Amino acid sequence: MSATTPSKLQKMILSGNFAVTSEVGPPRSADGAVIEHKGNLIKDYVDAINVTDNQTSVCRVCSLACCIRLKLMGLEPCLQMVTRDRNRIALQSDILGAASFGIHNMLCLTGDHQHFGDHPKCANVFDLDSVQLIQTVKMMRDEGRLLGGFEFEVRPQMYIGAAANPFAGPNVAMRVSRLAKKVAAGVQFVQTQCIYNLDTFKEFMKIMVDRGLHEKVAVLAGITPMKNVGMAKYMQKRVPGIDVPDEVVRRIGGVPKEKQAEEGITLAVEQIQELKEVEGVRGFHIMAIEWEEKVPEIVERGGLFPRPQLA
Amino acid sequence: MIKAVPKPLEEVLEQVKDFTKVLIVGCDGCVTVCEAGGMKEAKVLASALRLYFTQAGKQAQIDETSLTRQCEKEYLAQISDKMDIYDAVVSLACGCGVQYMAEMYNNKIIYPGVDTCFMGVNEERGLYAERCQACGRCILAETGGICPIARCSKRMLNGPCGGSDKGKCEINKDIPCGWELIYERLKTLGQLDRFENPVNPKDWSTSRDGGPRTIVREDLRI
Amino acid sequence: MRLQYPPNVRIIEVPCTGKVDVMHLLMAFEYGADGVIVVGCMEGDCHYSAGNLYARKRVNRVKEILDKVGVGGERLAMYNLSSGMGGRFAEIVREITEKVMELGPSPIRVATGKATGPIAEVTT
Repeated sequence: MSATTPSKLQKMILSGNFAVTSEVGPPRSADGAVIEHKGNLIKDYVDAINVTDNQTSVCRVCSLACCIRLKLMGLEPCLQMVTRDRNRIALQSDILGAASFGIHNMLCLTGDHQHFGDHPKCANVFDLDSVQLIQTVKMMRDEGRLLGGFEFEVRPQMYIGAAANPFAGPNVAMRVSRLAKKVAAGVQFVQTQCIYNLDTFKEFMKIMVDRGLHEKVAVLAGITPMKNVGMAKYMQKRVPGIDVPDEVVRRIGGVPKEKQAEEGITLAVEQIQELKEVEGVRGFHIMAIEWEEKVPEIVERGGLFPRPQLA
Repeated sequence: MIKAVPKPLEEVLEQVKDFTKVLIVGCDGCVTVCEAGGMKEAKVLASALRLYFTQAGKQAQIDETSLTRQCEKEYLAQISDKMDIYDAVVSLACGCGVQYMAEMYNNKIIYPGVDTCFMGVNEERGLYAERCQACGRCILAETGGICPIARCSKRMLNGPCGGSDKGKCEINKDIPCGWELIYERLKTLGQLDRFENPVNPKDWSTSRDGGPRTIVREDLRI
Repeated sequence: MRLQYPPNVRIIEVPCTGKVDVMHLLMAFEYGADGVIVVGCMEGDCHYSAGNLYARKRVNRVKEILDKVGVGGERLAMYNLSSGMGGRFAEIVREITEKVMELGPSPIRVATGKATGPIAEVTT
């Protein structure tokens, strides 16, 4: 958490308050109004708004365009950037572009393989991976230098983020190792994959704390409310890297259909309350995909509203 | 070695159906090992073509042969006296051999008879798996002898990604997660400390991205 | 067993159907066979452990080729019998003969105007 940037998210984290971020998904057509609408829905409830980057390899309005729009609305965007679709020239170019509009938060991701998306026949890029992207933006910010060696004056003042997934393979200790590698590369905050298995997450955080890593990187716990039991089952069986324990599926499925969404929100709120007590958790990243209108309720009931006003 | 699969028969038929004298040329190299384009496959293809032309009521002469390899001019030259009479040649060699044959016999129509797939190994008879992407600068020493460029779907150098699921790649349960394999190997070798050091961006200019490649061994050339 | 079966069948004995090559089957049709059957041991009982399994794969491959070149994969079939099943054998031969009679002469025979060899059947 070395370099200080103009990022409001960084400011909130450094203040010691729990930070709150959320994400908005861009539309699949040239419709500028969608992001404006979603941004307005959640703006008072979060410290920064992530815009996903062609998530799950589905072609959407690019994250950069949406982040610029949010910035021009006076909001605090977080540019998600995957390395699947762009080589190092384009990645650095987009970072300069974002910085030129005063965007100060970035999430460095490798990205889902195109197999999952609407263009499975495309060539992929993967010139860099997420760790190398972290290294790159850090170099641009701290040394004013591009990967190719070119040196420049006006540097991107990026607060550098990445994803962390305590639930993927090979094992929890190695996932901490991987996060340690990202820290070595320069990451300052991470948003985790959505958490349902609190035991595993706590195990992850314990190792983080034992290694002192919690002081080097701010962990924002990922929260995704379940809409219904179908979603719970789908995420349990069909989404790699997500761990949904049976009791979560049972709990959501145990109430009548029209009550399941409410139960999902209640569960999310309970998770927030429990995770606030876990050492090293510095905030929450609420991913309510295509359900952004629920973010205000979750933030309120989670005791995170109103957002602290910092000087 | 190079691994290939025979092209669908209907594709080959479509290519040659209007000719009357066709030569099938197999290769005793890589495509023989993966049973896609050796002498045996050349015979089978020739017989299938003969059956096709006969039942269609068309007169055609279909012959077959095989060369030691088609990526070497001295072997390609061995059929120079036969080539004149044929309207079309189907080469069962890998993409390299087909092109070299077309270079040598540049006024002949040469069709590819196999789809060249990758450089790989024989896990079992009839089961071949990719192992090398010819990046031009081998990093196997750093990854316990397992290549992340060939075996990670995202060719990450700092893997695994968050989709590594119980040792399998997120895109296909039949693909082992390359980075899980590397992790296990580094563990066996006592080299897990490699995991925490970021690997810098790769110089891809030695791979396909740098343009078509040539090797010039001055020590071998006079 | 001295059972009756149609006389237009030529039997070729092999020690194991695993010895039957893709080329043997294709050549039979090139020479004008109207139909070919491969008769091997019951799966799991092969004396050489997997010969009949390879034969099945090769028969399927040739059937596919025959379909694509316009000869017709129905003219080739594989059956699994034990050597004690003489009655079933005769039944099979009757079956395939009827089938082939229905399909008519092989297009190869029609195109060349004659058979260049007898109708063949390969068995163990």
